[in-house]
Amino acid sequence: MTLQPPIGLLAELTHRCPLRCPYCSNPLELTRAERELDTASWGRVFREAAELGILQVHLSGGEPTLRPDLEEIVARARAAGLYVNLITAGVLLNVERVARLKEAGLDHVQLSLQDVDPASAERIGGMKGAHAKKLDAARLIREVGLPITLNAVMHRQNLDRVAEVVETALAIGAHRLEIAHTQYYGWALVNRRALMPPREQVARARAVVDEARPRLKGRLVIDYVAPDYYARYPKPCVGGWGRSVITVGPDGKAMPCHAAHTIPGLVFDNVAERPLAWIWRNGPAFEAFRGTDWMQEPCRSCERREIDFGGCRCQAMALTSDPTATDPACSLSPLHDRLLALADADSLGDPDFTYRRFMTRPPVASDELSPS
Amino acid sequence: MREPLTAESRPLLPPFCRLHEDRVRGRTVLLAPERVLFPCPTSLLVLARLDGRSLSEVADGLCLEFAAPREVILGDVLGVLQDLADQGFLEERTP
Ligand code: SF4
Repeated sequence: MTLQPPIGLLAELTHRCPLRCPYCSNPLELTRAERELDTASWGRVFREAAELGILQVHLSGGEPTLRPDLEEIVARARAAGLYVNLITAGVLLNVERVARLKEAGLDHVQLSLQDVDPASAERIGGMKGAHAKKLDAARLIREVGLPITLNAVMHRQNLDRVAEVVETALAIGAHRLEIAHTQYYGWALVNRRALMPPREQVARARAVVDEARPRLKGRLVIDYVAPDYYARYPKPCVGGWGRSVITVGPDGKAMPCHAAHTIPGLVFDNVAERPLAWIWRNGPAFEAFRGTDWMQEPCRSCERREIDFGGCRCQAMALTSDPTATDPACSLSPLHDRLLALADADSLGDPDFTYRRFMTRPPVASDELSPS
Repeated sequence: MREPLTAESRPLLPPFCRLHEDRVRGRTVLLAPERVLFPCPTSLLVLARLDGRSLSEVADGLCLEFAAPREVILGDVLGVLQDLADQGFLEERTP
């Protein structure tokens, strides 16, 4: 199989963030500010990425607007020929900054939404006044003519408000709304008991989305990412491992997926030490689960193996301690029934969050489906 | 764009959807929010002609160039563009 060029680069500019959402996918041990790549290094990474065939860069974090050189980073990405998307919570943006980002060539903003209820949004993000600041930012972004995708991360504690999420997207003038259920790895796995929705609640939310979509055709595009525990087949995580995206962490570590650090034993190359093209083609972490040779049954002989690539490697790791296992979210996984039982039990769990902190280890063991 | 496209529509690519010469893949791609589209040659012919003209005028132009029946061409133009409009990748210039 010939390797196609990658399409997207997820550039995690920093792990620092004023919010501490309980479903954050950043590592449990975060990279400190002094180890972050500088402006010139990012510029070089963008040029290497474009030469490799990458077309879009998603500037992410943490909170990328904490980088004082973000405007310069945007400008270098545009100069390299990339389409530049900023993934932000919006809470640190002001009118001058938005104007400078637009001036630097920013193409699009993906704005995260924790909830539509301000008190709940602030409890989830753990930051006072965050919701009002975010709505202000949305207005500023639209005023300079940049398009917004509103990205709402859904779970049991906000899912009943999905209709209001749609209203909010319309009210702020978003072009797209992404309603995405929490993915359970990183901090979200630690908080699964507080986040997992019961199946009836998911069905109700789905009905709201199904009604809104045709009604809003031509005004708002709604993408809906189903909660994968309750789906029949898993999603093709990152479009297949080492098939279309590269994530580069704050310190330059190149990963096939932004959560790949949760898989022990993978060796990540650093863009400061090797060309991105070499890492993409030969890096051991990229080779680890590329294609289908690494698969076990039932994936190995499954007709969907090149459609969903066995689901999420990080989730397989988190739940079974074996990153080559079939993602237990797949209904064909022998562990699927046990996963559903866990999800059902968690959906009745305690709503208190364990918040993300610097340099702490997860308080729960995560390999709950692994053979004991 | 809220309404279905007609021969009278004057759609344009918004500033945040850009055609880009992809030298690595050797083709023209359409860069859009959270999407990369690989338009077919017909779509590219149409997209290159969107400058605020009506689709009726776009079809007239293509008729002359390709000596094909106008209804067929207009049908193709509306077909390739409606899909982009539904995804929010076209806007209409307000007169
Ligand atoms: S068995 Fe594997 S390849 Fe088949 S649908 Fe499930 S995850 Fe996908």
